[in-house]
Amino acid sequence: MMLKHAIRGVVLAACTAGFASAQAADPTAVENDAGKYFDAEGYPTFNIAEDGTVDFHTYSGFRRFNSECHVCHGPDGVGSTFAPALVESVQDMSYEDFVAVVAGGRENVGSGNQNVMPAFGTNPNIMCYLDDIYIYLRARGEGDLPRGRPAKKEAKSDVFAEMEDSCMG
Amino acid sequence: MKSGLLGAVSIAAVTAVAWSASANEQLQTMAEEQPGEWVMPTGNYANWRYSELDQIDKDNVDQLQVAWSMSTGVLRGHEGNPLVIGDTMYFSTPFPNNVFAVDLANDGIIKWKYEPQQDPQVIGVMCCDTVNRGVAYAPETDAYPATIILNQADTTVVALSADTGQVLWEVQNGDPGKGETATMAPQVVKDKVLVGNSGGEYGVLGHMTAYDIATGEVAWRAFSAGPDDMTLLDPENTTHLGEPVGVDSGTATWEGDQWQIGGGTTWGWISYDPELDLVYYGTGNPSTWNPAQRPGDNRWSMTIMARDPDDGMAKWLYQMTPHDEWDYDGVNEMILADLDFEGEERKVVVHPDRNGFAYTLDRETGELLVAEKYDPFVNWATHVEMDPESDQYGRPQVVAEYSTEQGGEDTNTAGICPAALGTKDQQPSAYSPETKLFYIPTNHVCMDYEPFRVSYTAGQPYVGATLSMYPTPESHGGMGNFIAWDAVNGEIVWSIPEQFSVWSGALATAGDVVFYGTLEGYLKAVDMETGEELYRFKTGSGVIGNVMTYEHEGEQYIAVLSGVGGWAGIGLAAGLTDPAAGLGAVGGYASLSDYTNLGGQLTVFKLPEEVASSE
Ligand code: HEC
Repeated sequence: MMLKHAIRGVVLAACTAGFASAQAADPTAVENDAGKYFDAEGYPTFNIAEDGTVDFHTYSGFRRFNSECHVCHGPDGVGSTFAPALVESVQDMSYEDFVAVVAGGRENVGSGNQNVMPAFGTNPNIMCYLDDIYIYLRARGEGDLPRGRPAKKEAKSDVFAEMEDSCMG
Repeated sequence: MKSGLLGAVSIAAVTAVAWSASANEQLQTMAEEQPGEWVMPTGNYANWRYSELDQIDKDNVDQLQVAWSMSTGVLRGHEGNPLVIGDTMYFSTPFPNNVFAVDLANDGIIKWKYEPQQDPQVIGVMCCDTVNRGVAYAPETDAYPATIILNQADTTVVALSADTGQVLWEVQNGDPGKGETATMAPQVVKDKVLVGNSGGEYGVLGHMTAYDIATGEVAWRAFSAGPDDMTLLDPENTTHLGEPVGVDSGTATWEGDQWQIGGGTTWGWISYDPELDLVYYGTGNPSTWNPAQRPGDNRWSMTIMARDPDDGMAKWLYQMTPHDEWDYDGVNEMILADLDFEGEERKVVVHPDRNGFAYTLDRETGELLVAEKYDPFVNWATHVEMDPESDQYGRPQVVAEYSTEQGGEDTNTAGICPAALGTKDQQPSAYSPETKLFYIPTNHVCMDYEPFRVSYTAGQPYVGATLSMYPTPESHGGMGNFIAWDAVNGEIVWSIPEQFSVWSGALATAGDVVFYGTLEGYLKAVDMETGEELYRFKTGSGVIGNVMTYEHEGEQYIAVLSGVGGWAGIGLAAGLTDPAAGLGAVGGYASLSDYTNLGGQLTVFKLPEEVASSE
């Protein structure tokens, strides 16, 4: 169930964009679909108001990232002794590649390297919120979201709540 | 000589009939009477990390110099410490858990190296770096040759011939496919080797398992939760604060089957009292980190256990943090000492817990004697109730403002001290029988904690909380302290502020010096009485290993593994978020990556010859 959600995200994005870009697109939000923002190419993105209020997906991504990913990728995505700084990665990486790495994992083990990115494809705690994590990392890497907990956020939309319920089961 | 899995022939099958002395009697004698060696991960059974060696003392330690060093070839966090037996030094590395036997009599050449073959996927299910806290040693008996025991990341337990590195036997202690891994150093007790597990962040149920050193067969296994036949508790004779625990106490304080994925892993240090014939260890956090998903006290997570090493039956238990809401694992070292309480000498166990309280208990009965904060900033509880008449006896009195359970799911509870890292983590303290003080490496970090609902998938993280950590506000700005602790009066005697968490294990010596390492990479020596710094040397990488000492050909050496990493390396590498940024805070909040870099290295120190020989 959670896989469907993520894969649908990929397919949708690929259709809208027409091609799989190697680079992340311009993060500026041009569309607001019930509190979820999209850039000109149809990829999920963040929206930060003048007074610092973040969209709910950015906030949700903050929470999930600093629960599931920070133990390896460092607090707020800034990297660690263990795994790369994802605030940098999302700037050079397509949405499709991002989803593929998180769902499928990646192993980079050889002389000197002992890097294993686990596969999270079966984990609803992550896959149900993968767009949110992506949006959060874009806000950190490409936007001006500072480290730490966002001070103000938009309210959780009904669509978000429904999605969450159906995905988490 | 190199040996791999090919050598996995059970030489142990050729067992002799009669056993002479058991391993632990010999080990105990070695630990007590041969201070030139370091025969078990914890120094001695009492976990003192104290050495009688006194050639290096507080007057000459400033002249210490590097005698030799060696790269381990592995980049990850290096916890633990080497052993020295006779002329050979043994140590293990983080994943892939290579084991080295180094010939001290022969210019440090590598006598043998063991390279296990493990599926690298296990790296992905280790919560906080791929550390390994060292190997154990069992002296030769009639039943087996001198043996080195390795507890691999993937939970394979391997017995190696200490002479050749040949595999004697191998057993699988757990299932890494379910997120069950291993990091702790095994302990040899009475012809058995005790092995614990890790994986509390994956819903792994903790257990302590005793293997027969001769054969690798399971002698007993005690789970941290479950019915009595799993927990090895006797409803009438096992006590908690003097009261019988009752039937199935390991399921009675859980809702439904949550205990089966309930955590309580056993990844810390083990001590042993040969006279009382009891082993002591602690259990880790209950899972998930979202307390609302596991109502009840969640026994026996967060518990000090005293067990019979022959059959594993528990004599007494003490749960320090019932129904954890902060990830305060109870696995830290259990130091056994005989201390004077108003003229009466008492056999105690001293345990500085993650939750910020240092506990002193009667180690025969489990009676609670002292429970005091060993960092004055600890705020999640006011105190531990000490009145046996109170229905709260032995329980921490939780402050509502810092209760993540009372704050509730999806609410951020801010300003909790200590952080999930604890006032200390596994980094072991030292104890000096001269000063009767405990030398404790600590963290000085606070946190915000927001629990939320998670669902369980086998082999996937099962965390359920968002954390942010920062240096203790309105303190000295650093993230650690190194303290001397009086476990009778429950008081800090002296405290050295440190810029980063002190994540290295301490060593106390008869030279009146205490040693510890820092995350920037320093080996430091301080005066045992005053804490005054006497010496520092910056090693190749941050130190999260434990300092040890040995003697070779009349000279005393100090050895430590460098190699930044572990949970501290992950959290601090990039610098913690700074709540006081812009308020003139400097230095203390800088990121660790400005100070040091990855790299595993052993550094060994000694005095210059003319100084050593004049002693
Ligand atoms: C157990 C440690 C671990 C955890 C937990 C983890 N990662 Fe990773 N991740 C890694 C490692 C190591 C790499 C680098 C792999 C390599 O070198 O190819 C990596 C790489 C990545 C990459 C590719 C980055 C690049 O620059 O190519 C992405 C994207 C990523 N992780 C996302 C995540 C997300 C999102 C989460 C949380 C849901 C997460 N990871 C959790 C260890 C981890």
